[in-house]
Amino acid sequence: MSAVPAPHPRRAVELQTIGMTKIFGSLIALEDVSIHVRPGTLHALLGENGAGKSTLVKCIMGFYQPTRGEVLVDGKEAVIASPRDAHAHGIGMVYQHFTLVPSLTAAENLVISRAHPPAVIDWKKEIAGLEEFLSRMPFKVPLTVPVSGLSAGEKQKLEILKQLYLDQRLLILDEPTSVLTPGEADEVLGLLRGMTEAGDLTILMISHKFREVTAYADDVTVLRRGRMVGGGRVGELSVDDMSHMMIGDTKIRERAARKEFSGEPVVLELAGIFSDDDTGLPAVKGVNLKIHAGEIVGIAGVSGNGQSTLIEVLSGQREMSDGRLFIHGKPFEPTRQKMAEFKVFGLPEEPLKNAAVRRMSVAENIAFRSFDKPPIAGRFGFMSPKPMRQKARELIAQYRVKTPSPEEPIENLSGGNVQRAILARELSGEVEVLVVANPCFGLDFASVSEIRSQIMDQRNRGAAVLLVSEDLDEILELSDRVAVMSGGAIHYVVPIAEADRNSIGKAMAGH
Amino acid sequence: MNETDIGFWGVPLAMFAGAIRVSTPFLFVSLGECLTEKSGRINLGLEGTLVFGAMSGYAVAYLTGSPWFGVFCAGLSGCFFGAIHGYICKLPKVNDIAIGIAMMLFGTGLAFFFGKPFIQPQAPHLPSISLGGWSSLPQVRSALEINPLFFIGIALAVFMWWAFKNTRWGLIVRMTGDSAPAALAMGYSVDWVRFLATTVGGFFAGVGGAFLSLYYPGAWSEGLSSGQGLMAVALVIFARWNPLACFGAALLFGAAGALGPALQSVGITQGYYFFNAAPYLLTLFIMIASVSPKRSLKGAPGELSITK
Repeated sequence: MSAVPAPHPRRAVELQTIGMTKIFGSLIALEDVSIHVRPGTLHALLGENGAGKSTLVKCIMGFYQPTRGEVLVDGKEAVIASPRDAHAHGIGMVYQHFTLVPSLTAAENLVISRAHPPAVIDWKKEIAGLEEFLSRMPFKVPLTVPVSGLSAGEKQKLEILKQLYLDQRLLILDEPTSVLTPGEADEVLGLLRGMTEAGDLTILMISHKFREVTAYADDVTVLRRGRMVGGGRVGELSVDDMSHMMIGDTKIRERAARKEFSGEPVVLELAGIFSDDDTGLPAVKGVNLKIHAGEIVGIAGVSGNGQSTLIEVLSGQREMSDGRLFIHGKPFEPTRQKMAEFKVFGLPEEPLKNAAVRRMSVAENIAFRSFDKPPIAGRFGFMSPKPMRQKARELIAQYRVKTPSPEEPIENLSGGNVQRAILARELSGEVEVLVVANPCFGLDFASVSEIRSQIMDQRNRGAAVLLVSEDLDEILELSDRVAVMSGGAIHYVVPIAEADRNSIGKAMAGH
Repeated sequence: MNETDIGFWGVPLAMFAGAIRVSTPFLFVSLGECLTEKSGRINLGLEGTLVFGAMSGYAVAYLTGSPWFGVFCAGLSGCFFGAIHGYICKLPKVNDIAIGIAMMLFGTGLAFFFGKPFIQPQAPHLPSISLGGWSSLPQVRSALEINPLFFIGIALAVFMWWAFKNTRWGLIVRMTGDSAPAALAMGYSVDWVRFLATTVGGFFAGVGGAFLSLYYPGAWSEGLSSGQGLMAVALVIFARWNPLACFGAALLFGAAGALGPALQSVGITQGYYFFNAAPYLLTLFIMIASVSPKRSLKGAPGELSITK
C-alpha cells in the first residue's frame, strides 16, 4: 500500500485519465477515454446504462485494472491496484448501493471505516471526536441509531460524510440523488458544490438527470458505448446537445398520444389498505385510492415509504392487515383465479427477480399466465409445449424481444429484453387493471421510451393503471393524476394539470 | 421425615443444579455458533465438533491424566473442524448448511471410530468448586458444586457481548456478517474473517464437548450429545444473536434438560422419557413462537444464508 500521511488540510484533488481502455473477453467496455477533472470542480459523467460510466470509475477506484491507459492524480501518474490505493490518493467513492452496515450505528460505521481503527474503542472519546467533525460538516446525521433505522436520505448523507471523515478529497458519486427527495437533492448538491467552490473538494458525479447537471456541475463528459463522445463546460452546452451526445442517432419511438376520456367509471378501488413490512412494522397505513378506466395514477415518493409494500399487496405477494380491494365495485383478492377473472396484470420492479424465473426459458416465462388454460393445458393436466412455443414466438416477434431462441434461459437476456418479455406476457391480452412499479429502472433510452408508450397504450385502451415510480419525471410524463406517498400514507393527490415539482417535493418529504 | 429430606423442594433445587450442569455445553456451543453466525456463516457441524471434542478430551485426559489438558485438546480439535468448514466454505458455490451437515456426520463418525477404545476406561474428571459450604443440607451442597467451565462460559459471554461493541475485531465480525459488500469495500477479506470466526467458534464447541465427557454426564459414550449441538443453533436464533441472551437461553435449555432427572430424584418415574424430551419440545415451541413467515428475524445478521 502506498499510503502517505496526509498533509493537513488536504486540498481538492485533480484527476486525469489518459486513454483508459477496458476489455472484458470480447466486449470492449471502455475505449480510449481521457477525461480531465479540474481540482475544485463538480464534474458530471453522463451516459446511458451500459455506456461505460461504471467501468470507468471502477478503473479509477482500482476495482478493475484497465487494459490500457493511466490515471494521473494531481498531474502525477498514480498506480491504483485496489480501492485502498485509491483511498491513499484521497479518492473515495459513494456507491449507489449503500456500503454502510445496517446493524451498526452511524458512529460504528464511521470508526470502522478508518484505515486503522483502534483495537479497543474508547467510545466516549470517539463520539466526542465525531461530534466535533460533524460540527464542521454541512449536514448532520444521528450518530447512535443503527443505520437500518435511518431514512434513505440520511444514509446517502452518511455515505458522503464517511468519505469526508476519511479525508478523501475527490469524491466519486454514483447517481447520488436517486434516493433523495428533490428538496434533499438540492440541499446535498448545493452544499457539496459549496465545498468544491471553496477548493476543499473535487467531485466526479455519475448522473442521468440533466436538471442536476445543468444546475450544479461545472464540466461534463459524455460517454456512449464505451467511448467519450463529447464534453466541456456545462454553461456552453444545451440539454439538447447533451442528450444528443448520449443517445446518438438511435431511433426513439414516438410517445403514444394521450387520449381524452371523461366521466369514466371507477375500476380499481383501494379502501383503507394497511400492511406490515418484513420486520412486522406497519409500512402501509390506510391508503385510499380510486382509479378510473383510462387513467394513470402515478404514486410518487422517495423509496422506502411503503410503495413496494403496497405493490406487494396488490400483486398478492403480501397479506394486508386491514382494508379491502374492489374492482368494478366487486371485492377482489389478489389470487390467480381472481386476477384472471378481473384481468389484473402487473409489471413489478426488477422483473428478473419479481416477475420471472431466472433459469426457465423465455417461452416458459411468457407462458406463466396461460400455461394452465387451453390451448397450452390439455386434458388430464398435461401440458402441450407446441402451442406454448408457438405463442412465445409470436409474442417475441411482436414485442421485439431480442433472444437467441425461445428456449434461452431468461436470465441471459439484457434488462430491456427481460422487461419486454414480461410486457409481452402481461399486456398481450385484454387488460382492465395494470399495476406498474419502476418499469424503466436501469434501462436505456430506447427501451424506456418503448415501455412508457406501451403503458400509455393500455391506458388509451381503457385500462386503469397504477404506476409507482421513484423517478418523478416518469410520473409527471405518464400520469393523469399524481398521488404522493410518504410515511406509508397518501396525503396529497393532484391532477396532472395542477401538479408542480415544488409541492410534490414537499409532500414527498412529508410536509 | 428426617431433617435432610426437603420433599418437593428437591425438584426446583435439582433443576437449578441441573440447569447449571446441563447448560454449560449449550452455552459453549451456542457462543461458538453465535460468533460464527455473527460473521455471516452457519456452522451446523458443531454437533459433530461437540461429539469429537467429547471423545478427544476424554481420550487425552485418560492418556495424560490431566483433565484440563483434555479440555484444551478438545478445543484444538474443534478448531480443526471449524477450520475445515471455514476453508471449504471459502470455495466458490459452496453452501454452508450442506457442508455443516456433512461435517456433523464426519465429526460424529470420526469420534465413534477413534472413540471405541475409550468407552471402558475411566478418565479423571474435571474438579468442581464447592460454593455450598454454608449450608448443612447435602442437597444444597451438591447443587452448588459448580464446574469452573460454567464461570468461564459466563465470562466468555460477557466478554463477547462487550467485544462485539467495543473492539475493532468485534465490529469487523459484525460488519462481515451483516454486509459483505461493505466489508469488501473497506478492504477486509470476508472469507478470512469468516474462516477465523468459524475456527474460533469450533474451539468453543470442542470445549463444550469436553465438559460432557469429563464432567457431566462424565464418561465417553456414543449417545453422549443427543443433538445438543443442533439445539444450540436454535438457541442462537432464540437468543437473537446476543451472547448474553445465549447465556439465558442456555440456562433455560439446561433447566428443561434437567426436568426428567429432577423428577426422577423425588420419585416421579412416570413419564420419565416424556420429561426427558423437554429440551426437544422446547426447541420446537421456541422456533414456532419466535419465527414468523410474515416478518424477517429481528437482529439476524444480513449475510446468513437462512435470512437472505
